[in-house]
Amino acid sequence: MSIPGEGLAKGLAVTLKTMTRRSHTQQYPDVAPELPPRSRGVIALLAENCTVCMLCARECPDWCIYIDSHKEEVAVPGAARPRQRNVLDRFDIDFSLCMYCGICIEVCPFDALYWSPEFEYAEYDIRDLLHDKEHLGEWMATVPPPPAHDPNGEPAKEEAAARKAAAPPATDQPSSGPPNARRRPGSGSRTDEEPP
Amino acid sequence: MPLWLELLVRVVGVVAAFLVLPLVVGQAEHKVMAHMQGRLGPMYAGGFHGWAQLIADGVKFVQKEDVTPREADRAVFRLAPVVALVPYLLALLVIPLGPNDLVGQPLDIGLFFVLAVVGVGVVAVLMSAWASANKYSLLGGIRGAAQLLGYELPLVLAAASVAMAAGTLSLPGIVEAWQPWWLLWQAPAMVVFFVAGLAEIRRPPFDMPIADSELVFGYMTEYTGLRFAFFLLAEYVGIVVIAALTTVLFLGGWQGPFGDEYLGWLWTLIKVFVVSFVIIWFRVTYPRLREDQLQRLCWLVLVPVALGQLVLTVGVKLALA
Repeated sequence: MSIPGEGLAKGLAVTLKTMTRRSHTQQYPDVAPELPPRSRGVIALLAENCTVCMLCARECPDWCIYIDSHKEEVAVPGAARPRQRNVLDRFDIDFSLCMYCGICIEVCPFDALYWSPEFEYAEYDIRDLLHDKEHLGEWMATVPPPPAHDPNGEPAKEEAAARKAAAPPATDQPSSGPPNARRRPGSGSRTDEEPP
Repeated sequence: MPLWLELLVRVVGVVAAFLVLPLVVGQAEHKVMAHMQGRLGPMYAGGFHGWAQLIADGVKFVQKEDVTPREADRAVFRLAPVVALVPYLLALLVIPLGPNDLVGQPLDIGLFFVLAVVGVGVVAVLMSAWASANKYSLLGGIRGAAQLLGYELPLVLAAASVAMAAGTLSLPGIVEAWQPWWLLWQAPAMVVFFVAGLAEIRRPPFDMPIADSELVFGYMTEYTGLRFAFFLLAEYVGIVVIAALTTVLFLGGWQGPFGDEYLGWLWTLIKVFVVSFVIIWFRVTYPRLREDQLQRLCWLVLVPVALGQLVLTVGVKLALA
């Protein structure tokens, strides 16, 4: 049995209740937004880690990474012959093409690329969206430390490996998981197969 | 005080109220509606919580081009916004703010005058609708005419009930005769008057003549710049007028808990703003009625209730006499 006008009163109550609550508006230019962890703002480059393996440029779905390099001979004292080393000349990412898939960061075997949450790099000229090596390096300062490990999640593979190495070889340890869980699928094995 | 000075003070006071109160109500609508929808509303204009938003809007409207469509009936088209605005200004003239003639123009037939003048609004709607030479405008205008003519009846009947109870048509006289128990006695009339008043000023949920999702903007579709601003201003003055009339007729006007003699104007203003808040609150809460629901509500609910209230008023009045 419903009272006539009950719905009308309920509607009024809802709007009045909403008025007393805090509003949801993000006052963005005045107040910086609280971005979630692992936000994809811009890609930062740690040039020292780059070995010019070209994996990122090859995997990029829209080919927005441009890499140039030259070889350099490094004479190591005591070695039989001088070694060759790749020197990075140019590393550009064209953010007018980038679709922020993050594949380059995933495939980088030497942790030279990182996500930074900075997103305020709009330009008046589309050509200015091509960030060169130095510009990409400047974003490194804004890369946050990785978020803490989820206490309920699976342990990190390094942790599990260390525990396994430290523990005496026991047969009754089914908790270490299946053997291929220790290695990230795709990453470890792929780099081994890549030609230098 | 010489007559001309008194006249000047009264006219200036009414014009000031005419210009200030709608702005306050409009700003309140911006903010109240925003917060009821979980938003903030204007925040920049004027620096502090967007207090100058409506002034900025006014400046913007003044700068805009005043377009009159080629097919439009120029004279009528240009006159319509003024016809929409002036009746409310005249209505404010006779609404009492406090005791001892604190009113623009004390009038013995104040209630009659106000109802007659507010009824002119339908002429402005029809003028703007017909003169625009626009199908949407015409549809909006015809809806508006049907709505305004229909709701005039319960509005007048409800007002007649309270006039009968007070035994006078003078608005200050009604406030003087008002007693708190009338809140109960005249409650149905108050509800009818308020709802019919909402329809009369075409506020949501009774904004079928405007109905922006169906009719673009109804009879205001072709208006730009200052003339459009006049229509908007008329809407907000309409809120003030209906809130003030509800206050004066049913909520006891300047009668407050204490100090009626000196604080009467304050009680009136507080009540006007509370009723205005309810009008805004209704706008945020309820969706627009359909055209047939609108007429059904008017003729099958409001008119019978208003007639019943008239009978009740007569009965109580005779019993007390």
